[in-house]
Amino acid sequence: MARIEAMITLEIGIARSGRPPSAAVVTRTLRKERTIPTPSEQTGWMIAVRDRRDRAAFCALFDHFAPRLKGFVMRSGTTAAEAEDIVQDVMLSVWRKAHLFDPHRAEASSWIYQIARNRQIDIIRKARRLVPEELAEPPGTEPDPAQIVAVEQETGKLRAALRRLKGEQREVIEKAYLGELSHQEIANQTGLPLGTIKSRIRLGMQRLRHELKDLEE
Amino acid sequence: MTAIGHHTPDAMLAAYAAGSLPHPFAVVIATHVSMCEDCRAALEAHQAAGGVVLDETAGEALSERLRDRVLGHLDDAVEDTPVHARTGIYPAPVVAAMSGRAPRWKALGMGVKQDILSADGEGSLRLLYIPSGQAVPDHGHRGTELTLVLQGSFSDVTGRFGVGDVEVADEDLEHTPTADEGLPCICLAATDAPLRFSALLPRLLQPIFRI
Ligand SMILES: [Zn+2]
Repeated sequence: MARIEAMITLEIGIARSGRPPSAAVVTRTLRKERTIPTPSEQTGWMIAVRDRRDRAAFCALFDHFAPRLKGFVMRSGTTAAEAEDIVQDVMLSVWRKAHLFDPHRAEASSWIYQIARNRQIDIIRKARRLVPEELAEPPGTEPDPAQIVAVEQETGKLRAALRRLKGEQREVIEKAYLGELSHQEIANQTGLPLGTIKSRIRLGMQRLRHELKDLEE
Repeated sequence: MTAIGHHTPDAMLAAYAAGSLPHPFAVVIATHVSMCEDCRAALEAHQAAGGVVLDETAGEALSERLRDRVLGHLDDAVEDTPVHARTGIYPAPVVAAMSGRAPRWKALGMGVKQDILSADGEGSLRLLYIPSGQAVPDHGHRGTELTLVLQGSFSDVTGRFGVGDVEVADEDLEHTPTADEGLPCICLAATDAPLRFSALLPRLLQPIFRI
């Protein structure tokens, strides 16, 4: 259900922006997804939650991410019961903050990871974490399916790079993003190749600025 | 305004994404990212890497009722938490660190003023106001010090720092930041250890004066 709705969302975007090559890319990717689940499925669920408060899509997100979140939190030594409280808290934040999700800059997993880290720090510090200012999409901004798919593809490359890492190397990366290494310890490590995804995300941001300029003209 | 030339170290962006950065540094990073698209993109790239680690984590079985419990809360009324907006030269994270108030300047002498926003085991975070041509009292520091310019500019042995620039000084650097000509220089400064003003006060008095 959610899958079809996500397709509709993307197709409306294509129809409005009238970019045939992007449409071809999206259709191909979505066709492929019907047989092999890829990250775009999760992005589709996030968009459905964001735009239509779609509960079925939220359930799909929950079934995918909640067990992983519990495993993730428990790796830092949290008990199973506490971990479930955090999972509940994070998933409710996903529902409530969905309007801030921007698929042109982040895949669902990236965005949920950030929500989870913010909430865990809120709980540890017993105060709201201070986060950067949000980049708001100007009203009426059309989705750009090519950019959405490109961010997913770049995230897919990161995933492949992580899987290629051998035991100890992989463990260091996992520890870093679990928040178990200090910035000095991270500085001494060779990390994942982030260059290409960084420039892709940068393009997603520039898009917002260009839209803004268009509105002003 | 000239382009930002001094950025935050990548390892600090990674640690910020992962939540392992001490609070005073985290506020400086959140503020710089609010002013710098390059570092925002780099931070979001780290969040993507964190998302991949999360997505690759083996799932733990959930207790049966957890999903229903969460679904039961979807329609709860949520109290609005105050969202602080950028105010003048102060980006939102700085306004949030001040809990929405204006700076409360305390004179340090020679026209230099400060407002301590936090000082605890994680280090200190403060705003500094330095009149043009004036030096921050010569200070060494234990640990690392991050200084982010919000207005005007300052220079020291390592170079010139304008609006949005971040200076990262480790404890070996004995520097004398001096405000350049023009507007008074206002900075957000963070350390992961208490400051020590070598020229101003004996170290023993520091806890009393909290500088
Ligand atoms: Zn920067």
